[in-house]
Amino acid sequence: MNVFAVVPAYNEEKTVADVVRSLGPVTNRVIVVDDGSIDRTGPEACGAGALVLRHFINRGLGAAIGTGLRHALDLNADVILTFDADGQHRAEDVPSLVKPLLDGRADVAIGVRTIDRHLMPRSRRTANWIGNALTFTLFGLWVQDSQSGLRAFTSSAASCFDLRCDRMDVSSEIVHEIRRHRLRLHEQPIRPDYTPYSLSKGQGFVMGLKTAGRLVLHRVMR
Amino acid sequence: MHLIQITIIAFSLFAVWRTIIKFRSGELGRFHLVLWLLLWLMAGFLVALPQATSWLAELVGVGRGVDVAIYLSVVILFYLTFRLFVRLEKIEHNITLLVREMELKDRRPENLKEKDCTDKESHSV
Repeated sequence: MNVFAVVPAYNEEKTVADVVRSLGPVTNRVIVVDDGSIDRTGPEACGAGALVLRHFINRGLGAAIGTGLRHALDLNADVILTFDADGQHRAEDVPSLVKPLLDGRADVAIGVRTIDRHLMPRSRRTANWIGNALTFTLFGLWVQDSQSGLRAFTSSAASCFDLRCDRMDVSSEIVHEIRRHRLRLHEQPIRPDYTPYSLSKGQGFVMGLKTAGRLVLHRVMR
Repeated sequence: MHLIQITIIAFSLFAVWRTIIKFRSGELGRFHLVLWLLLWLMAGFLVALPQATSWLAELVGVGRGVDVAIYLSVVILFYLTFRLFVRLEKIEHNITLLVREMELKDRRPENLKEKDCTDKESHSV
């Protein structure tokens, strides 16, 4: 079974090489989508052994994930996972995340950041809960961590996705797609690695509001 | 007639003229031509004869005719903003599809030109 990792990266030169190296033993190939970075994200990822795709202008998280998924499918991946480039996720969590997919028990797995949840700042926890509630209200599926960046899809699940959200709103859109195609979801507890750097990379309050507004609009448009 | 009325009527006529020019040059379709002409002509008419809105005000239960015009304007503006937003989102997504295609077109296995890295040109921007 071919397990591919898609790592969307925008200005992550400090962490992307370590992330790529850590994924080496648990995946067959790592695809880094350099989303128009202005630093050395691309060369760092390439030097660490990743296949690097590059958006020549910044298009956002959803766009980078879409490009990575498309290329992984072109290369006949069986299971595709998305993995943040900021060092927040641990490669040790990958085997338990993809196992239900490899066993044929699920189509999609989402890494739920419940272990060591107390390490997450309260404001971030509140924002996550609001994200879950909004996702449930708009798309009718409750997931414990709708904004998690660590997910895994079987190739058949990924190929039926029609992702139109180019920014952070893609996380909730993926939940929508899971519901729309009635895919089997597995929620796997994971242990995130919170560092001051990874915490600084999340959505701020204003960005969160924009994401929420865009989600509502997409729901109305669709 | 007050100066404000003359100004708005003159602007409406200017807008009508621009709309017709855009239609003739092919930038505007027939549907939008009719829509914009109706909108600007109605605006000019209501400004020239504000008492004409009084019956509408009575009909919908709003005090003055001018209030009806303002409420309607707000609703129309909201709708137009929404449409603009939708159009903008669509254009943004089309740009994404374009950027994706430019990156992936030579990398598909059937093109047999797979490269393992794109760094050589990646920092020219």
